[in-house]
Amino acid sequence: MRLSTGGRIDRSTPLAFTWDGRAMTGYAGDSIASALLANGVKIVARSFKYHRPRGIWGAWVDEPNAVVDVVWQGQHDPNARATLVPLRDGMAVRGVNAFPSVSFDLFGAIDAFSQFLPAGFYYKTFKWPNWQHYEPRIRAMAGLGRVGHQRDTRAYETRHAKCDLLIVGGGPAGLAALRAAAAGGLSVMLADDQPALGGSLLTDTAEIDGTDGLAWVAAVARQGQVLSGTTVFGAYDDGSYGLLEARNHAPAGWGQARLWVVRAAKVIFATGAIERPLVFPDNDRPGIMSADAVRRFLRGQAVLPGRSVVVATNNDSAYATAHALQEAGASVVVADARAVPGAIADGLRVLPGTVPLGTGGRRGVSWVDLGPQDGARRERMPVDLLAVSGGWSPAVHLFSQGGGALRWDIERVAFVPEGGATVAGSITGATDLPTCLAQGHAAGLAAAGGGDLGAPYSPPAPAAGAVLPLWQIGTSRRRQWVDLQNDVTAKDVGLAAAEGYRSVEHLKRYTTLGMATDQGKTSNVNGLALLAAATGRSIAEVGTTKFRPPFTPVPLAALAGSRFDRLVAPLRELPVHHDHLALGAEMRDYGGWARPACYQQIGEPVAAAIAREADNARARLGVFDGSSLGKIEVHGPDAAAFLNLIYYNEVANLRPGRLRYCLVLRETGVVFDDGVVGRLAADRYLLSPSSSHTAGVLAMLQAWHQLEYPAMQVAFHDVTAAWATFAVSGPRARALMQQLGSSVDVSDAGLPHMAVADGSVQGVTCRIARVSFTGDASYEISVPTGYATALWRHLLDLGAPLGMMPYGIEALSVLRAEKGYILIGTDTDGMTLPVDLGLDGPLRAKQVDFVGKRSLMTPDAKRADRRQFVGLLPEDANAVPAVGSHAVAGPREARRSLGWVTSACMSPVLKRSIALGMIEGGRARLGETVELFHLGKISRATICAPVFVDPAGERLHG
Amino acid sequence: MLLLPCPHCGLRDEPEFSFGGEPAIRPVPASTVDDATWADYVYLRQNEKGAHREIWCHSGGCGQWFVLTRDTVTHAVIAP
Ligand SMILES: [Zn+2]
Repeated sequence: MRLSTGGRIDRSTPLAFTWDGRAMTGYAGDSIASALLANGVKIVARSFKYHRPRGIWGAWVDEPNAVVDVVWQGQHDPNARATLVPLRDGMAVRGVNAFPSVSFDLFGAIDAFSQFLPAGFYYKTFKWPNWQHYEPRIRAMAGLGRVGHQRDTRAYETRHAKCDLLIVGGGPAGLAALRAAAAGGLSVMLADDQPALGGSLLTDTAEIDGTDGLAWVAAVARQGQVLSGTTVFGAYDDGSYGLLEARNHAPAGWGQARLWVVRAAKVIFATGAIERPLVFPDNDRPGIMSADAVRRFLRGQAVLPGRSVVVATNNDSAYATAHALQEAGASVVVADARAVPGAIADGLRVLPGTVPLGTGGRRGVSWVDLGPQDGARRERMPVDLLAVSGGWSPAVHLFSQGGGALRWDIERVAFVPEGGATVAGSITGATDLPTCLAQGHAAGLAAAGGGDLGAPYSPPAPAAGAVLPLWQIGTSRRRQWVDLQNDVTAKDVGLAAAEGYRSVEHLKRYTTLGMATDQGKTSNVNGLALLAAATGRSIAEVGTTKFRPPFTPVPLAALAGSRFDRLVAPLRELPVHHDHLALGAEMRDYGGWARPACYQQIGEPVAAAIAREADNARARLGVFDGSSLGKIEVHGPDAAAFLNLIYYNEVANLRPGRLRYCLVLRETGVVFDDGVVGRLAADRYLLSPSSSHTAGVLAMLQAWHQLEYPAMQVAFHDVTAAWATFAVSGPRARALMQQLGSSVDVSDAGLPHMAVADGSVQGVTCRIARVSFTGDASYEISVPTGYATALWRHLLDLGAPLGMMPYGIEALSVLRAEKGYILIGTDTDGMTLPVDLGLDGPLRAKQVDFVGKRSLMTPDAKRADRRQFVGLLPEDANAVPAVGSHAVAGPREARRSLGWVTSACMSPVLKRSIALGMIEGGRARLGETVELFHLGKISRATICAPVFVDPAGERLHG
Repeated sequence: MLLLPCPHCGLRDEPEFSFGGEPAIRPVPASTVDDATWADYVYLRQNEKGAHREIWCHSGGCGQWFVLTRDTVTHAVIAP
């Protein structure tokens, strides 16, 4: 119920929301959890495995139960934790893992069979034929929320920042550190995961530095860059940290989570501590809550979760909760496990040496049995709230991620940091405000290298009562829950130990203890203490599981930021992109460039467009946008010698103005890329790698220059984007070029095949190259990119009377297949050597020790049965074999694959289907027939030389 | 995210770099070495636990290739 006064909620701003369809009201300042408690909701979830009804345990990141499905303003979060999400007007909240609802769940019957579902049950039972066979159906019954099908349209932002000091945690210790470090001149970032700064000061008022605690918080916060609602979820290498800023206050459309990547020279972890549960029979009923959480809900949102309360504890901290409940009007009994309670009872009814021995209540706790640990006697007490404190576990997660070591502190009954990054506050095991402030102050001063600022608060710390180690209460046969989120009991831990799982890491994987969204924040220490007891070792010997990022779940969308859809790998656009679109181009991704696949006329199917374009380019004239083709300039006195060490083919003897088709290999001898190498001058080359390999070839040139031949004087420059290049190809190409009005002599004698010349067109610099990927006479005209549109439109105008049509990549692929010109990565793969392509001239003739040469001299490279590049003529001239079809041959018992089809199409010239492929010993099999096997269907083809049109190359001359 | 020392640019964030693997000494002249020596150079890497020599390229910056020694357990750069 909600109290009429108190709390940091705004009672003038009521918020309407629904819980499992029921209308409810909360206030600004509520979390979903506090609003549910205020509305009397007890059951918020069904447990992961047994579908047990569960209530809210914690108030923050430790909450294991209250995973809910939230829809707000059309956005869906299927696994929100109710304690972490601020309530918003219009939210629709539902329970998960239940049908039809958490309050009445048909799967609840599973709990009756729980004795048949011990740890490892699934792994042991569902072995045949394999676990994967059963997993989908088992997962459907267990688990958390369901992901929706709607697209997440929230905007996520990524930011990078640097600072001298990052402070994690905005409680008293973190703020004292900020105050001291900022005074020492450091640039400080402080991140705190709660919506409001102050940590424990939000719950327990105190006077600091002569002023009210929260006023002190506000004053200190102005001294650095403070991020509230921001979780530091990971500590990574060299002082880098991942932060998730929730931005819950942002209106829709103004960005949700913001991911920060922070590089900090120093760090202080003031991450606090998390209250542990006690392990006693039936300790999972709704209405059994962390004592600290009860006080947080009471002070923060004026929510009183119960009126008849037992506070069960083994330490002093829960007494503050008992006092707060009593002040709010609840009747309170403190069951203190210690024979001599340490804290001030001051008007409370305290039962020393008393622990909870069992609980009952169908839809939430309605009674608790209290008595001594040995169960010698018990007294039943009616309650509607059982507040529990089993001691505190320092939140060492980030500290450990960052490489810090831990020590089991027998006195504090906790793993505390020892060695590693600086820590301050209750992460050290400190339990009182003065100590936390003093530690924070000292840490801040040390980070700044000193300073004369006085400590904010320095009265002597009151002596705290000792914590009583208490890991398991009673020997009842009722279940004692260790991990509420994963339904792991004390018995499961015992069973795992009995079956030989002695390592905590194995325990975690076998029982699932400490997995899922809360990662064992409440269960970890209790679990390993039980394992220690079961295996006769100390807690220190057992140790903890390894802490890994993230501290709390991080949405994948936040990690992706703006890198989704087209921004994952933005496509590059051609200089005349929009002219292509205007011509009906179908743009597709080819090696990272948006390029025209074909130009469809109205009503024309894609296949017909491709055939028409290819046919027209052969018969008359085509124009092709080759601007994406790589252009790397290589300059310097050693350019020729260097390139000769890189390329498979001889390039040093190339005369200026001449071009040569060349391969470049890896040291493995495998073909990396092909392309035309042109010599522009004695000391200047122009390379044309394939569009998708330009960056790779440039990187390779630079690596070889710097790492292997640093003394050579040569430089590289990728000028791909600086030039637009259009190719005109076909029998009428020269006719068009003669009308272009360039200064270059384009006759076959003036500019023969494989020649290049610089000149001008309309007074603009141009370069014209005679190079062909179609097999017809072709001219490539390049102009500075700024003139791309002018040249493109000029070519279209000149070409129209000659019957010119633009052709796309798909038609080009047909034209080149007719000629048997390879496409790297299509006809070749990671095994292909130049000899496999029939290109063995340079290996025999070239003396230079070029890249990959030695690998071509191995026995493997000389095998006669290597797969070789050949043509395949299908028996059925009207059927195009599927690329990837296996070529099989041989008598029945020795029948096997000899290779496969790499390219196939209908040939416009031959009016029949043709194919290219890689076939074992293919060049020795010309004329042989193979069967092409694809998806159970078989066709036949004859092996032939990989050139179907104009074997003599006469068409190249136009 | 590592901080790596580029010889030109100083300490820069890891995403600016490309990893080039272990440096291998190229046996030259290649035509004179036996198959085993060549295979060792092309294919075999030590993948040491602990101190590990590796090459990096400041590909998102100045383009410089360089060798450094890094601890593969702690990720600490031992020697630039
Ligand atoms: Zn650099």
